[in-house]
Amino acid sequence: MTYFIDRRPNAKHKSAVNRQRFLERYRKHIKRSVEEAVNRRSITDMERGEKISIPTKDISEPVFQHGPGGARNIVSPGNKEFLQGDRIRRPSGQGGGGGAGEGGASNQGEGNDEFAFTLTREEFLEFVFDGLELPHLQHKPLKSIEEIKMVRAGLSRDGVPARISITRSMREAYARRIAMRAPIKRALQAAHQALEEEERKDPVLRNPTRIVELKAEIERLEKRIEAVPFIDTYDLRYHQLSAQPQPSSQAVMFCVMDVSGSMTQNHKDIAKRFFLLLYMFLEKHYEKVELVFVRHHTAAREVSEEEFFYSRETGGTIVSSALKLVNSIIQARYPPEKWNLYVAQASDGDNWDDDSNTCRDLLVKQLMPQLQYYAYVEITPHNHQSLWHEYESVAGQFPERFAMRQIVEASEIYAVFRELFKRRLSQAN
Amino acid sequence: MNASQKPLATGSDWNFSVLERFNDRLAALADEYRLDTYPNQIEVITTEQMMDAYASVGMPVGYHHWSFGKQFLAVEQAYKRGQMGLAYELVINSNPCIAYLMEENTLMMQVLVMAHACYGHNSFFKGNYLFRTWTDAESIVDYLVFARQYIAQCEERHGVHAVEQLLDACHALQNYGVDRYKRPSPISAEEEAKRQDEREAYLQTQVNMLWRTIPEPPPDASPLPGSLSSDEDPLGLHVGGVYPPEPQENLLYFIEKNAPLLAPWQREIVRIVRKLAQYFYPQRQTQVMNEGWACFWHYTLMNRLYDEGDVDEGLMLEFLQSHAAVINQPDFDSPYYNGINPYALGFAIFRDIQRICEEPTEEDRQWFPDIAGTPWRTTLEFAMRNFKDESFIQQFLSPKVMRDLKLFLIVDDDQSETLEVAAIHDEQGYRRVRDALSTQYALSVKEPNVQVVEAAIRGDRSLTLHHVQDSRRPLGRSVYPVIRHLHELWGFPVRLVSMDEGRVTHRYHWPVEEEPKEKK
Repeated sequence: MTYFIDRRPNAKHKSAVNRQRFLERYRKHIKRSVEEAVNRRSITDMERGEKISIPTKDISEPVFQHGPGGARNIVSPGNKEFLQGDRIRRPSGQGGGGGAGEGGASNQGEGNDEFAFTLTREEFLEFVFDGLELPHLQHKPLKSIEEIKMVRAGLSRDGVPARISITRSMREAYARRIAMRAPIKRALQAAHQALEEEERKDPVLRNPTRIVELKAEIERLEKRIEAVPFIDTYDLRYHQLSAQPQPSSQAVMFCVMDVSGSMTQNHKDIAKRFFLLLYMFLEKHYEKVELVFVRHHTAAREVSEEEFFYSRETGGTIVSSALKLVNSIIQARYPPEKWNLYVAQASDGDNWDDDSNTCRDLLVKQLMPQLQYYAYVEITPHNHQSLWHEYESVAGQFPERFAMRQIVEASEIYAVFRELFKRRLSQAN
Repeated sequence: MNASQKPLATGSDWNFSVLERFNDRLAALADEYRLDTYPNQIEVITTEQMMDAYASVGMPVGYHHWSFGKQFLAVEQAYKRGQMGLAYELVINSNPCIAYLMEENTLMMQVLVMAHACYGHNSFFKGNYLFRTWTDAESIVDYLVFARQYIAQCEERHGVHAVEQLLDACHALQNYGVDRYKRPSPISAEEEAKRQDEREAYLQTQVNMLWRTIPEPPPDASPLPGSLSSDEDPLGLHVGGVYPPEPQENLLYFIEKNAPLLAPWQREIVRIVRKLAQYFYPQRQTQVMNEGWACFWHYTLMNRLYDEGDVDEGLMLEFLQSHAAVINQPDFDSPYYNGINPYALGFAIFRDIQRICEEPTEEDRQWFPDIAGTPWRTTLEFAMRNFKDESFIQQFLSPKVMRDLKLFLIVDDDQSETLEVAAIHDEQGYRRVRDALSTQYALSVKEPNVQVVEAAIRGDRSLTLHHVQDSRRPLGRSVYPVIRHLHELWGFPVRLVSMDEGRVTHRYHWPVEEEPKEKK
């Protein structure tokens, strides 16, 4: 007796719980790998999983086993030249370890030094943000610039030759030809028939005038069929475009960071995660997100991502230099009517005292009117300095679009991020 | 090939009605060969589901544990990299016998799997004495469901972490959770659940009796009073002598019944792991036979299908290729060599038994006087029913198979400079090679022999185990993690003494004691 059961519709991920248990248990190992990956990868390259390796000895499930040593008998297949009593030198490199009799050694694909597996993207991100659950970033319309975009809107009978739709035109022509020829063809057939009938009659009974008439009729009809044009202006169809206002699908994100001597690598790693989150957030909303890295100490410079995070500088800090540079980059390359502009700034709060005023003025007068959003994080456990206070006044003027927070540890980033964007999300509803 | 008959189906596509038709044919042929099987439950599943099934060691429902997750990740990784094809079959020893077919298999594969699993393995599960004695095909699925629910409940009540630690410890000892010499009492989910409370209470009284004077840890108590009246000690446990009176090989059983500090739910979990180990115990001892038997039957049945015109040449060629890959045995010096392939060895022996029955040579008559020339089907059935790998090889490995596989025996003795080729596939060597191969499959040799010899119920409550070495082979490095787990279960110091012919060679302690500092 046999039953067939189709289990395919059943749930797939029966092992999901066990998988989570495993990841939880080896959280420390995995976190280390993930951290390395974050530091190695570019910000734009976070949206994929990661291969993780854990030393096999750390995850082995111990059972009593025979160790090396003693005497053992091993039966193997495929003897070629051995005879009874032959003596063979011991193969070097501990070859006997997994000998044929040792069932336990090989049955779990162990024996490699590393246990390797792949984290999914979600799992990877979860580890990146230290177990804080990533929100399902929703496709909510951020307030954005409208841009006119021409979209296809069906076909029309008139248009410019460049937009002619050949297939549709030919199809129309074909239909028209069939329609126009059909009645003529019918008449022609009738004429032919009549002629044939007439000619089949007895020569005495034939009516010669009728025959001439019919022949003329046939000729006339054939000419008419030929005269049906292959293609007519009436057949032509054109792709039509209509103008639609569209939210701009491109955004540019300026990452601004203080790289003066007071910023340690740890600060930068925290900042990297902050930039990363913002980038991922923007990526959900815009088709195209460009990154511009601006770093500054006393002078600002636009640099590559690599240089941005990993080269060291020393010296004082003049924040306004960076803001000026951002402004001039916007003028030169990213006209605000075409781009959604975002600025994320990370700093330890140090600034040359007199400069903070300048920063505020720059922001209020020049930058803020153009920007979608400005997010500032201060990575410091210490008290705020003048820059923070000046920024507070900016935030007061642009409560919707200017956000600032203080971070001490990497694990706070997500909370801060949520705080930064909470208001905007609810407002966008 | 019977040309008048059209094949049941051609090409590689399949659907349920085609599968049913093939199954009917296979069932009829199996009947003809008098294969006695459980009813079949054939489940069609996807690749992911197959990986899931794999990860839970083939249990249709399993409790949750990280080690299954690890298994899953390993399978998934290997599969994605293309290092391994998923085994195209998985079959569960239950009644009805559950077999999985993967949806992306070709028609040939599906038929092959049905022949292999639903008639080969299935009849082995039903017929072999080990399975008949040690497992309960009837109730295993129910029991697994019970185990999963119970463990989930424990996780809710006592925390995932506590349960996980306990399971880790039990898993480390699960190979020592088996009664080797007596039939275990049958398992039944319903009764387990019903009697559970009763048993919890009862077990606890038993343990209380044994340890009645023991305070909670830290165990820093004075020795027990010299004597107790017989009223208070009806079992006479405290009278004298060693407890347990006989060495105990079933470590998990001993723990379940005697560990002083385990809570009732913990004992229950120990019991669950033990019962499952018991269930898998016959499979570990009959790998060669079981696979050999299944291969023999898929080979025989597929050939019959072809002879009767139910399948065409195309399908048959595809089958032969796949069959050849399954029973391929690389030589010991091949880069693909990974020990003796149980499929190859088992298939070769069963086919050879058939040959000996049907066309015995002079040599066969000498070696196998009682089976040469007998009806092959009866002899084969006898071989399948009454042996395990160890005795099966001892009994039926013929000189011809040894010659075909070119088996030879190497003795690797750490006291000698070189390896010795002790015997090869020739007249002088047959018996020695066969003995050695048979021993190689004996669990008692594969796994170190460790037994409980004393629980110091009147002393420091320590547990003493003896390891009896086989051919001077010491314990591997994993011994410390294992006795650490044992210590977690027992709650008091654990000592393991490794002995070679009565002479102590190593002592392992957990927690590590001050005296011998040489290891660690």
